[in-house]
Formats: sequence, structure tokens, C-alpha cells
Amino acid sequence: MTSYNLNHIKILEAESIFIIREVAAQFERPVLLFSGGKDSIVMTHLAIKAFWPAKIPFPLLHIDTGHNFKETIEFRDRLVKKTGTKLVVGSVQESINSGRVTEETGPEASRNILQTTTLLDSLEKFKFDAAMGGARRDEEKARAKERFFSHRDEFGQWDPKNQRPELWNLFNGKKNIGEHFRIFPLSNWTEMDVWQYILMDNIDIPNLYYTHEREVFNRDGVWLAKAPSMELKKNEKYETKKVRCRTIGDISCTGLTLSTANSLKDIIKEIAATRITERGGRSDDKRSEAAMEDRKKEGYF
Amino acid sequence: MDSHKDNGYLDMELLRFTTAGSVDDGKSTLIGRLLYDSKSIFEDQYEAVKIASERLGEKFINLALLTDGLRAEREQGITIDVAYRYFATPKRKFIIADTPGHIQYTRNMVTGASTANLALILIDSRKGVVEQTKRHSFIASLLKIPHMVICINKMDLVDYKQEVFESIKKDFKNFASKLETQDIRFIPISALKGDNVVEKSKRMTWYNDSSLLHLLETIHIGSDENLVDCRFPVQYVIRPNNDKFHDYRGYAGTIAGGIFKPNDKIMVLPSGFTSSIKSIDTLDGPVDEAFPPMSVTIRLNDEIDISRGDMIVREKNSPIVGQDFDVMMCWMNEKKLLLKGKYTIRHTTKTVRCIIKSIHYKVDINTLHRIESDKEIGLNDIARISIRTTQPFFYDKYKINRITGSIILINESTNETVGAGMII
Repeated sequence: MTSYNLNHIKILEAESIFIIREVAAQFERPVLLFSGGKDSIVMTHLAIKAFWPAKIPFPLLHIDTGHNFKETIEFRDRLVKKTGTKLVVGSVQESINSGRVTEETGPEASRNILQTTTLLDSLEKFKFDAAMGGARRDEEKARAKERFFSHRDEFGQWDPKNQRPELWNLFNGKKNIGEHFRIFPLSNWTEMDVWQYILMDNIDIPNLYYTHEREVFNRDGVWLAKAPSMELKKNEKYETKKVRCRTIGDISCTGLTLSTANSLKDIIKEIAATRITERGGRSDDKRSEAAMEDRKKEGYF
Repeated sequence: MDSHKDNGYLDMELLRFTTAGSVDDGKSTLIGRLLYDSKSIFEDQYEAVKIASERLGEKFINLALLTDGLRAEREQGITIDVAYRYFATPKRKFIIADTPGHIQYTRNMVTGASTANLALILIDSRKGVVEQTKRHSFIASLLKIPHMVICINKMDLVDYKQEVFESIKKDFKNFASKLETQDIRFIPISALKGDNVVEKSKRMTWYNDSSLLHLLETIHIGSDENLVDCRFPVQYVIRPNNDKFHDYRGYAGTIAGGIFKPNDKIMVLPSGFTSSIKSIDTLDGPVDEAFPPMSVTIRLNDEIDISRGDMIVREKNSPIVGQDFDVMMCWMNEKKLLLKGKYTIRHTTKTVRCIIKSIHYKVDINTLHRIESDKEIGLNDIARISIRTTQPFFYDKYKINRITGSIILINESTNETVGAGMII
């Protein structure tokens, strides 16, 4: 190597590894929130890199809505086995059964909001004091002002107007008992960066991200997958299309993209050309202009 | 271009820049244009902003609504906090720390500036250099942002006259002689009409230099890091304790300065023990050289007791070791800085306690004058103070190294970050 310049992906990687190590050093019981989506897969990959040849010194926490693509769960279990990490599951179904939350009804029903309660209950139950998530600032405008180290009060709430200043690489994880932090090591990554990194490091991702045939239906311009938990409205019908996921979340709110991309390079080309944001297919963000901010204040991911 | 696409755009550099400006000098328009023209604003975002602008009764699409994400900001039409924005061209990825320009938000400007390679400062061509221009430039200089780009905006409103541009440039240079920034560029632009933003303007043929985007894409940032003084703050000790790596003991961290190589003779601070580097490890395999800002794991040839907060340096190039030093402190909290007060202090990966020994003077950030009579240091004030720490620090002056020369202070009862300091 003749020049002492890293490319942008290597700089982002180094920054994220620094943050993840900082979390392991500053907190007693950190946890990595794992959704089965590409961002949390990249996070897990970075955590492996941060501590190699030792194992990741914290468990993964999956908040399971029960409404998953089956591929997500298979992928999760394979990854956990391969890396020898510990997996903890917080179940939204159990929160419903125990009466902590009430299920929404009707065709627009989603378990997305219910996850917040399950997440906060799980953090409390296992006494996790730092929850690392794969959220990125480019995803949504309420996230654009999020810190790497984001303080949460004893109710798990975020106060966007009273955030701690964050300078240089000096991160302040000090807190009182009962409070916790949400940590976002991928803050500075964009969707494109994540895909470039997956390509660069040849990271295994669920097949859902590549083109496949699937029974889908169109709701308000968004393609959604046929699933037992999804009710059709009048005028909606199932069709078989070649689709892929751009994000993977709960099946009820994950919009699918019509696509024939079947390699990482195809996906990168598709994203370079696309004119719609990644979360454009997420019906959970469409509920109101500040939908994300409101959910985040209450303790959402 | 096509070969570029084939490697998945992996040969891009990263440039972090900060912007500052007041409500009406066209900063949001400029950022909006950079994002829009580089196709980093998507159709659904554009639609959402259009609908929101109409609801607020605005005639034009207000691109500030793209960055002002919080409900309170949209309702009050102000920017509260640093917003981070991202865009990329085939050459570089850009991270913008977009900071509000009001006087009470010095804290945000300092935050945005702390990680930036470049400061973008906007001047309204009709108003010239105003107090706020000076304030922004001073903070950029104080935070040692290596490059400064002065955009003289709204050239369309002064008939694209060269005299206006030259006169403002002269005024700024007069003022800038007090600053330490070496690399200062000037560009006449109209963010609204797009002159010299992405494409070179045909309406200012007298201007022979690059458009703003071209400058951002090409400005040399390779020598922004300190590659001379080797500094490796130990962040985490890696001990796998498994059969395959039974005796492995590695020191994980991010290179803060210099170039480390296997076999280099090193010294560990604070113990002063010396050894040499056995290997520099990553999951992708050992590396021959490690330089800023790489995150690596270093193994040594001797067993030395090393823990988080220690620093690995070259044997013959040590940082300053000491408990007493002066800092330029930017105060970030409503509770005033307490003389003789005790705070938690963080420097690299080390956290100890400190006491504020003396407050020397406050800086008037509009005139850069020292105010020796005023020692009340409140929110958004900048002051020179002396600190004594409970344990020795291994530090460099901030102008030598931004990582080993910076500290934050934490209030011990509220846990808030209350001050950011640059070691003098």
C-alpha cells in the first residue's frame, strides 16, 4: 500500500468497530438487537471483527413479532449456531398472551408498535444496560439527529431536545440505575454503504434479499407478501410476482420490490438507480409525518 | 464509469464537512441542491417535503424540511440540533454535519466541527462578512478543521458582479489573518439558481476555479491525519481463552496517529515498559501497516500488563505525560463551569476525575478578543482554563492531534457531557 488513505467503507467499518468495542468496555450488560435484516447481520459481522479471535462478549436479542418470514428465523438460527453467540428471544405473542399489550385488529393490523413493550420488558428482564441497533441516520428524518450513544430514561424514553453532545470519538455512556442506552454503530452508513460492505466482505444474507417468485398483493401501491397473519381487503387479490426485499421487518409491514436482481452487484446497481427510499415501502412509517419520532420517544428501536 | 460500477463503487473516499449559516442565507437551499443534484433525495422524500411545504403555506418547496426532522423543529421553523446528511458522487461519499446558525447554538457548531475535514461557510453577497461569519470561521479554526470553503451566495442578486465577490473576499481575508486555518477557498455561487454549485456558471466567466461540488470531490484530504506521531490508545484487551488461541492476548483499539508496523519498538504508557510489535491482527488477516483511523488488534512480543486507558507509542516519540494542562473549553451546559469544581474527564479511552484549577479568560467569539474580567463561563461560552487530573494523561496538543488532544467533561451528578476541551 503506497497511500495512507482508507476507502469510505473501511473508514465506516473502523468507526463502527470502535463504537462496538466502546460499548463492551463501558457497559456491564450490553446486547445486540437482531432482527434478521441486513443491518443487524452487518452489525453481527462487525461485532465478530471487533473481538476476533475471541467470541462476541454479548448476546443477540431478537424481538419476535411471530409474524416473520420463515427464512428470517432459519437464517437467524444458522448464524447463531455458526458464530457460537447466545440468542435471547423476546416474544410479542407472549406480551399479548400475558395482557401487556392488545393486538390490533382489521386488515391494517400490525404488531410493529407492540414490539416496543416487548423490547422494553426484555431489556428490563435481562437487565441489559446498552442495546445496540442497526438503525442508520439516513433511514428516516427523525433518526438524522440521533446520537451514536443515545440515552434513555427509566421509562425507556428518548428526549430528542435534550441529547448529550457527542464530540470527536469521546462517547459518554454514564447513567443512573434503571436507565439504559441505545447504541447505533451504523449511524453514518447509508443503504448503499451497507450493500457495498456486504459485497466487499462477502457477507451471507437471507435469500429474501434476492429475486424470487412469491404470492403478493398490492395495498396502496406497496407490494406485501401473502401470509397467514395478513387479511386481504376488498379489491385486493393475490398475484405471483418476481420480488425481493429491500428491508426485512415484520411481514405485515415489509414492502417488496419488483426486481430481478439475483446478485449483490445487481442489487447495488438497482439501488444506485432507484428513486424511492428504502423505508418508502414501510407502512409503519406512513401512519403520520412524525410516526418514527413518536415511536422512538416511547422506546422503539 | 462502467468499471466503477463493476466494483460496486468501492474506491470512494470519505469527506466529512460541516455547514453553518443563518436562517436566510440559503444554507438549506444549498444542501438541498447538493442532495437533489447528486440524486440523494428520493422521490418519496421530495413528495413528503412538497406536501409539508404546502401545508405550511410556503410558495416554494422548503428543503429545510428534509433536515429538520423533529416535530418541534417543523412546527417552529427552526433547526434545533446537528442533523447529519449523506450524499455520494462516484468519487466521494460525503457526511454533512448541518448545524443551526443562531448564537445560542455554539454547542452544536462545535459538535459538528469536531469530526469535520472541511467547513462550508455561507456569506450573503448583499450583506458581506457579518458577525455570524466570523463566529463560524473562528469555531472552524478553533476546532482545527483543515479546510475552509467560503461560499459567497446569492450572486444572482448582485448581478453576478466580480467586484462584490472580490470585496467580500478581501474583507474575509483581513479577518482570517487572525485564524489558524491554512487552506481557505472562495467560490461565488447562487444556490437558488445553481450557479457554481454542481456545474460551473456561465454567468460568472470571470471566475476560473472549480464549482463547489467539484472542489468537494477533489480537495486533497490525504494529509489531514497525523501520520508521524504513533499513538494507540488501548480500548479493550482481547483474551479468547479457547483451545485454538490459548495464549492469545491482543490490545484492541483505533490508531490515533502515526503508522505502526510489525517489529516496531514500542513503549507502553504509563508503565514505561518497552517491547516490540509481534503482529497487527484483523479478522481479514494480519496487516503490514496500521494507520489512522484503522481499528486493529496489536500483539506484543513481551508479556506486559496493559489495560484499557493505557497507550502504546513509539519508544522515541512520546506524547506529553502529565496531570496539569490548559484547555480551550467550550461549555455546553446551562449549569455554569465551577471554579475548583470536580468533574469526570474523558480523554481517548481513559476516564478519571479532575478539578478546575483556574479560569484565565473568556473569548468573545465575534471579535476573538480575550475578556480577562469575565470568568463566568456559561452555556455556549469559550474559555481558557487550567485543569488538574487525578492521574497522569498521555496527550498531545490539539493542533498536533485532534484525537489525543481533546477531552470532554462530565457532570458527576447528572452524568451529562457538559464541556468539550482542546488541549493547548
